[in-house]
Amino acid sequence: MTDIATGNISAADGRRLSQSEDKRDILHFLTCGSVDDGKSTLIGRLLYDSKTIFEDQMSALEAVSRKHGTTGEDIDLALLLDGLQAEQEQGITIDVAYRFFATDKRKFVVADTPGHEQYTRNMATGASNCDLAVILIDARKGVLTQTRRHSFINSLLGVRHVVLAINKMDLVDYSQATFDGILSDYQALAESFDFDSIMAIPISARFGDNVVVQSNNMAWYQGPSLMSYLETIDVAKADRALPFRFPVQWVNRPNLNFRGFSGTVASGHARVGDELVVAKSGKTSRIKSIVTMDGDLEELEAGQAVTLTLEDEIDISRGDMLSASKQRPCVTDQISAHLIWMDNARLLVGRPYLVKMGTQQVQATVTALKHKLDVNDFSSRTAGKALEMNEIGLCNLSFAEPLAMDAYEENRNTGSFILIDRFSNQTVAAGLVRFGLRRADNIHWQSVDVDKFARSKALGQRPRLLWFTGLSGSGKSTIANLVEKLLHQEGKHTYLLDGDNVRHGLNRDLGFTDIDRVENIRRVGEVSKLMVDAGLIVLSAFISPYRAERQLAREMLEEGEFVEIFVDTPLEICEARDVKGLYAKARSGAIKNFTGIDAPYEAPLDPDIHLKTDEISAEEAAAKIVAYLMETAG
Amino acid sequence: MSFTHLKALEYESIHIIREVASEFQNPVMLYSIGKDSAVMLHLARKAFYPSRLPFPLMHIDTSWKFREMIEFRDKMAKDYELDLIVHTNESGLAHNVNPFTHGSSLYTQIMKTDALKEALTAHKFDAAFGGARRDEEKSRAKERIFSFRTANHGWDPKNQRPELWNLFNTRIKPGESIRVFPLSNWTEQDIWQYIMLEKIPIVPLYFAKERPVVERDGTLIMVDDDRLPLKDNEVPQMKLVRFRTLGCYPLTGAIESPATTLEAIFEEMLVARTSERQGRMIDHDDSASMEKKKREGYF
Repeated sequence: MTDIATGNISAADGRRLSQSEDKRDILHFLTCGSVDDGKSTLIGRLLYDSKTIFEDQMSALEAVSRKHGTTGEDIDLALLLDGLQAEQEQGITIDVAYRFFATDKRKFVVADTPGHEQYTRNMATGASNCDLAVILIDARKGVLTQTRRHSFINSLLGVRHVVLAINKMDLVDYSQATFDGILSDYQALAESFDFDSIMAIPISARFGDNVVVQSNNMAWYQGPSLMSYLETIDVAKADRALPFRFPVQWVNRPNLNFRGFSGTVASGHARVGDELVVAKSGKTSRIKSIVTMDGDLEELEAGQAVTLTLEDEIDISRGDMLSASKQRPCVTDQISAHLIWMDNARLLVGRPYLVKMGTQQVQATVTALKHKLDVNDFSSRTAGKALEMNEIGLCNLSFAEPLAMDAYEENRNTGSFILIDRFSNQTVAAGLVRFGLRRADNIHWQSVDVDKFARSKALGQRPRLLWFTGLSGSGKSTIANLVEKLLHQEGKHTYLLDGDNVRHGLNRDLGFTDIDRVENIRRVGEVSKLMVDAGLIVLSAFISPYRAERQLAREMLEEGEFVEIFVDTPLEICEARDVKGLYAKARSGAIKNFTGIDAPYEAPLDPDIHLKTDEISAEEAAAKIVAYLMETAG
Repeated sequence: MSFTHLKALEYESIHIIREVASEFQNPVMLYSIGKDSAVMLHLARKAFYPSRLPFPLMHIDTSWKFREMIEFRDKMAKDYELDLIVHTNESGLAHNVNPFTHGSSLYTQIMKTDALKEALTAHKFDAAFGGARRDEEKSRAKERIFSFRTANHGWDPKNQRPELWNLFNTRIKPGESIRVFPLSNWTEQDIWQYIMLEKIPIVPLYFAKERPVVERDGTLIMVDDDRLPLKDNEVPQMKLVRFRTLGCYPLTGAIESPATTLEAIFEEMLVARTSERQGRMIDHDDSASMEKKKREGYF
């Protein structure tokens, strides 16, 4: 026990801590459980008993307790933690909050994650930087579904140490039998997981039993209090023993004589003279020096932020990973990974996102959702086409360029990534690499002698994809037909793709849900791309309501080949025309997911050609497009 | 890990600072001259050594800072060859906005928050480092390290991005910005310990000295110049005082203390029973005042 239990860090300790012999390390842990389990009370208790709460915070707490508290006359320790106004009033913690306390043995960072709404997203966020989890169990309720969920998420995120805090022992008469029963239930459950240690401690957060001081009410329990266990547990990660990985963050170039690579060692260790390889290029060199403002180092290890210089001048930039040359990471553009979905907008297979992995950032597409994992019953797998917020899926991903990585199970730092939506810029998913699907260099396209350039030269035209987008009935097909006729008269080789010739054949299996719409446009994009490669001028007339998919089609082609044409006809006019009677059906509810009525249309922000059909005729519109093609034919 | 908590914090902060320099077009470091800013600046110098800082520092000068703070700021800029921007809300200055006739709340809004927003917009900064720590205040505990701000510099606690591992989402649209807090996981103790170990220069006001003060509502206010309106019964007295936190002198309470060394300050802090923000008068309005200020764009 430390003297924290009875008072402050003593003056003598203070002197010691103020000197350089302070060797305390930091333990990052998270607490899992709901407000009902007494989680906030437990953290409040740890802060209170370690004297982390100051007098002014205490008096503020007393005032708030009277207003919102649930413990009658007592100070409600849980209120200490609920930081934001709205949350205080709702009485629930709805985000991850970080708390700090210290004893003379160790410093602690607590990630306080909620047990209610959006638990998966928040708990995964908290767990991603933790080495230990305190899982709370209400002694009256025992092992619940949420206990399984908490254990599963911790295990998936690579948290290897668990403390089972069996709380509210005061409400079960401090019964050993209750404690033993819960522990044995949990041990059975934990067999499915890969934890290195599990420690069960009977506590009462409200009254402080076994939280900091050992309880007099449970003589049958001989183990340490929660605090003394947290102070002493060795969670030293094997990071140092892993292969050396150094993702380059910033090229350090103060003058012509110095060229260094700044970054944080993700794993392993190395010393001056060691041979390193640039993972993606395969170029090798040796460490010349390890530079810091406090002087050069001889060696370095996981966690250190330094600047390296190398013996040879090789091409290295941000996003490269310097690695042990004998133990290289996987370099691939196709992976299998677990995704934890974190956004209100669900995952759509085929839609492009951005991936950020270490210091690498490229475009990524989820090419397949193999199955979803049930966080409550992790052994069960369900099929599905989309991932919703808080769902976990096993997916295949494809990247625009090969990336360097390791499996998450082997290396948390080089096997983790996030996905970012390119339009909302939200972080939409957390990803854990399982393995590379195949070496990227095996799937590079075979270069063929007769290429697009040769074909377009033979045809005497610049291949293009004219992409007509607009509401149903806006006049896309009408204008596209006119353009095709004009081009044909000029002797150009064209092909018109529209709903009629695609929906009845290639995409016969697709409906009109947002998932199917994405897939529909992806296929149209791919087919168009092949036709452009064949040298043709392709006209694609589809509603294509989403910006992301149009952007995807644009990015399949070379710069300038994709021409986005916005056929801009107000909804009222389209609906008044209603050539096919579809609007009437949509209004009556006979057709669902009709763009403009009960499905969104995202107008182009910066189309190459903008046609306002209430101002010009279809013929004028067609002429305008042909003129544009002539001008840019160069 | 075989290194101490302070080294771990140092490495984490350096990683964050480098990430910003790499991914943003036009970052700036907000420099408030206080101890946290001193540590943040020290870490930034370490992050880019032997290069110079690849971004400027900016101080929002309310015109009511302690004179010693301004002297210290200018000395730092000279010694470390910093690119320093000093910004003052000129229209506020022209209208002689001050904490006495306008009240601390409106004064802070105009001379600090508005001035900051004005400067960020004028320079088109897309990322701004701040020295705030999560242990300072309850609403800070949930703050992200990369805190997203709208084009109006507003903070929406419900619309912040999840932060996993050390992967920070730096994507923004034109006009939007990110406030970055590299000291998020430091505590007040860590700051002082690190200042001691690294011998980081700090403003002398942190150390005890005989200074002229008056007592107002239980707070000791230093009479730093002749602009402080004295009430009839107020006579400045010399007292041995120091400051735990620095800001605008009419709004910053001194504490009586004999601590003239870092060791003595550290020991005092270990037995202290009030948190450091108590000396800041703007936090007292009500328990959620910080959250309100942040929504409006305060750091």
